[in-house]
Amino acid sequence: MTVAADFADEAEPFRISQLIYDKRYRSYTIQVVTMMLFMLAVAWLVNNVIENFEALGKTFSIDFLWQPASYDINQKLIEYSSRSPHWKAAVVGILNTLVLAFLGCIFATIVGVAVGVARLSKNWLVSRLMTIYIEGFRNVPVLLWILLVSSAFSALLPAPRQAAPLLGGGFVPTNRGFYFPAPVFESGSGILAIIFVASIIGAWFFGRWADARQKATGEILPVFWIRLGILLVPTFLMYFLLGMPVGLDIPELKGFNYQGGLFVRNSFMALWLALSLYTGAFIAENVRAGIQAISHGQTEASSSLGLPPSRTMNLVVLPQALRIIIPPLISQYLNLTKNSSLAIAVGYMDVTGTLGGITLNQTGREMECLLLLMAFYLTVSLLISGVMNVYNNSVALKER
Amino acid sequence: MKTKLLTLALGAAAFATVSSSASAATLDDVKAKGFMQCGVSTGVPGFAFTDDAGDWQGFDPALCRAVAAAIFGDPKAVKFTPTTGKTRFTALASGEVDLLARNTTETFSRDVDLKFTFGPVNYYDGQGFMVRKSLGVSSALNLSGATICIQTGTTTELNLADYFRANNMTYEPVPIETNAEAQEKYLANACDVYTTDASGLAATRAAFEKPGDHALLPEIISKEPLAPLVRHGDDQWADIMKWTLNALINAEELGVTAANADEMKASSKLPSIQRLLGGEGEMGAALGLGNDWALNAIKANGNYGEIYEKYIGPNTAIGLERGLNGLWNNGKGGILYAAPIR
Amino acid sequence: MTNKIAFVATEMLPEQAAPVNTKGAIAWMQSNLFSTPRDTILTVVFLAVVAGILYYLVPWLVLNSVFFADSIRECREIDTGACFAVVTSRFNQLIFGFYPSQHYWRPILTFLMMFVAFAPLLHDNLPRKMLWFTAAFPLLAYWFLWGGAIWGPLLIVAALVGTYFVYKTAAASLSPILSLIASVVFLIFWLLFIQSWLSAGLTNTIGFIGLEPVESAKFGGFLITFVIGVSGIAGSLPIGIVLALGRGSDMPTVKMICVGFIEFIRGVPLITLLFVASTLLNYFLPPGTTFDLILRVIIMVTLFASAYMAEVIRGGLAALPRGQYEAADALGLNYWQATRLIVLPQALKISIPGIVSTFIGLFKDSVLVSIIGILDPIGIMQPIRSSSEWNGIIWELPIFIGLVFFVFCFAMSRYSMYFERKLDTGHRN
Repeated sequence: MTVAADFADEAEPFRISQLIYDKRYRSYTIQVVTMMLFMLAVAWLVNNVIENFEALGKTFSIDFLWQPASYDINQKLIEYSSRSPHWKAAVVGILNTLVLAFLGCIFATIVGVAVGVARLSKNWLVSRLMTIYIEGFRNVPVLLWILLVSSAFSALLPAPRQAAPLLGGGFVPTNRGFYFPAPVFESGSGILAIIFVASIIGAWFFGRWADARQKATGEILPVFWIRLGILLVPTFLMYFLLGMPVGLDIPELKGFNYQGGLFVRNSFMALWLALSLYTGAFIAENVRAGIQAISHGQTEASSSLGLPPSRTMNLVVLPQALRIIIPPLISQYLNLTKNSSLAIAVGYMDVTGTLGGITLNQTGREMECLLLLMAFYLTVSLLISGVMNVYNNSVALKER
Repeated sequence: MKTKLLTLALGAAAFATVSSSASAATLDDVKAKGFMQCGVSTGVPGFAFTDDAGDWQGFDPALCRAVAAAIFGDPKAVKFTPTTGKTRFTALASGEVDLLARNTTETFSRDVDLKFTFGPVNYYDGQGFMVRKSLGVSSALNLSGATICIQTGTTTELNLADYFRANNMTYEPVPIETNAEAQEKYLANACDVYTTDASGLAATRAAFEKPGDHALLPEIISKEPLAPLVRHGDDQWADIMKWTLNALINAEELGVTAANADEMKASSKLPSIQRLLGGEGEMGAALGLGNDWALNAIKANGNYGEIYEKYIGPNTAIGLERGLNGLWNNGKGGILYAAPIR
Repeated sequence: MTNKIAFVATEMLPEQAAPVNTKGAIAWMQSNLFSTPRDTILTVVFLAVVAGILYYLVPWLVLNSVFFADSIRECREIDTGACFAVVTSRFNQLIFGFYPSQHYWRPILTFLMMFVAFAPLLHDNLPRKMLWFTAAFPLLAYWFLWGGAIWGPLLIVAALVGTYFVYKTAAASLSPILSLIASVVFLIFWLLFIQSWLSAGLTNTIGFIGLEPVESAKFGGFLITFVIGVSGIAGSLPIGIVLALGRGSDMPTVKMICVGFIEFIRGVPLITLLFVASTLLNYFLPPGTTFDLILRVIIMVTLFASAYMAEVIRGGLAALPRGQYEAADALGLNYWQATRLIVLPQALKISIPGIVSTFIGLFKDSVLVSIIGILDPIGIMQPIRSSSEWNGIIWELPIFIGLVFFVFCFAMSRYSMYFERKLDTGHRN
């Protein structure tokens, strides 16, 4: 096309018909027309909203966010009471969503990687069972799993008064939730924390030193075990030297419920478990595909270089497989975060339950609440996919 | 070509079912459509439920049928839209339904802020608590620390928060979407207390295997005047809703029932009955309806008392006493006091 | 001569049985279950877990379950296991919702027609003529399911044929873009103004020929799942193609709009879009316009699926070797010719597995409509469980619903894998 353009007569005057027939100008025409149509469509929609709102006497404002919410939320990570404003209820919901998504992603990754590797096991029984797990979870709607797990908790676990504390009274599963012992930090635990952080830094420096040493001398130290030692030994020693400053708060039955300890509600447990197992099944497939995509020649080449199987996995197969696994893995994280909005099915007060649920119902501000809600999810999604793009660019094979 | 056909066909299908209606005069629209669209709840025992054939029955649909009968003379000229706590107000505001009869509590903000016009109260309710008798709780004031199942999307959670705050008690709310789920959780002992409108509690308890094991606590912590509602700005339509309901209550007061309405109109000498049934004056025409509007409304499901007895009264599985919902002059503490038709 | 040489065998030795330790059940177990100590431990642990689960589950699920009873109390009297009687007695509701029972043949017929309609898309050795049926299927399905006079669908066909002719006549004298605009204007004009007028006129003059109308509110159970899933996927395919082409376009504004739409839809959970459908969509339409919730949900689900579809098709476009585009250019084809004749046929073929998995996802996600009060299989569980006969049923309904979903989704995913293998013609670049 550019060739044709070069030969075109420079002096030829511009004609209107060129806007349609000349390739050089047509794209501008199309763009202008699309843009106009798009603007018209948006204007039409906005105009309809304005007209409808006028007809109904509604206004568009987010002032309601500063009104008292007047409802209580059971799981709150920040100070909140029924007198707090609606925006605070929304923040409580956002934090609940993020906690659920974060813990869900961690557990889903653990499950997914374990199952994905086990699926490739030579053990017939293990690989078959993993196939059953993967297909079973992938082919049934996640909402159904959430409902099933939630019913299982409320129907199969005992009520608090009948519940039998396990593990020396520390762990009590009931049909309202799970009670765990909570750590109690007494004086001196600050020192412990400092020491622990120092050991982490120490372990990191040791790793670098060991790497450098290996590059210089070729000798390999048992890095993993030494690191573990650096991490744990000083902290443990100090723990006893300081007179055990971190105690445990054991839950006890008082009145209607257990009091004390760490209480994790069933709504959270059911969601967390169902979402992680569901997403884990997808991750397992990604992991399997990633490992299988590494050509066998890589493993053989590595073996012929004399690397033992564990190092083959760590130094040859995994770094290559990860490049294939990570992009779909992150999109699974995204899915899990979005699926966490199903919390309303089991009464977990995430942001869909507070801002998009009770606040919406009580104030009747559908437009404002839903726009804010979508803006939140959109922000999270774009952040996650932004991270993914940065990662993808950094590991992408540099090809022609 | 195929894909183009697909889009076009789908687009066409969408257009084909779009029905456009101006919202100025609801009565004219309804008459033009030939039926009234009524919003009900997705299911509360006694108040709104589907029978085996998928038809809506209950206390709320009966009111819709009465209004339809007042307009068209035909109680079947009504279509029902099940709405949830979240969708009910938008459905009404957007014109998807013409009348919302879905045990909705009349409140200041719903009237003034959300711009709805409420009719007369058709059921006086209040929020109560249900507990297992084995817990040995006799008052709601002993419930501090309890786990409480609440149905969300209603005024219930607000009342509960206020009540526990006022009495300096703590509680653990378990928000739940539907009555059926709440019941499952409560029966599995996953919550100590179930709270919702007292009528709903009684209805739920009636469905239990052993209703005797559960007690309703004496405290009623809120006023819940349940009333039908329409959009602001169409007074004629609001009047039809208001006076149809008033006519049903007046009919009970005057002893007019579905069975004897025609006979009363022909033979009764009482001017109040004649005015109600259209034998005297031009009441119906003033509403924009036929003169036998109230007669048809009463014949649809009977008067207020008959509807009550049929769906939620003491002789049904729900077993709700009239209580506050009795007539003002029956001497049993009722407060139904409908404005006279004259 | 050869006979004289004693050490050359003239006869084949008889075939010997394989050594016992490489053949048979024991050898198989040895190599597949107990090859190393770690394997042995794993096998034993997993066997114990499976046995434990089966020990508790089988009696309840299979041995002691009840399939025929009229209420949960009757079930409990008959046996101690699962009460699948709730499924058998409410089977029709779970499948059709409140669809009138005398018309059950309509959804069933539509369901069967769906397979015929999909067949030419999923099998390339069927006669191409069948694609005409595929094209007609949406209208047919709409008419069969919702009923009503035959005139509406017929007139839409007439409108499409008319549009085609307008395009052809216009194309003879005008540029393709102008004639496309002319035909679209014709179609919109027809649908908005002529359609209902003609349809009413035909009903008045000739009479009502057609099926008894069924309201959307009567739809429920798996019928809803299929209606939403299939119309979502059918609608999303063309929109998805347009979006994918737009995303790959050189024109920045077009690209921007497409990317914005795709990322927006993919960035929010489906449930918020369903909330929009149930509470906000009416505000975005001219005052007084209402249409029923199921249609609004289908529109939203279609938009949702088309964003995902666009990404799948974009993958297909990207997988197409650069040479194909260059060859099309070299032949002197313009953009639309190249896209229609060279690019899309190949890209769509590559994308079929992705399209199927989008469909599986959509099919599963359609259960979310229960949250906004539509009586899909999960939604209809609530009324069944709150009826006095089945009050107290917990597990049986979700197990049945899950099983049905599993069967369909698993079958589809296996088919897509098979298709992928068949398409894999071996030349990769």
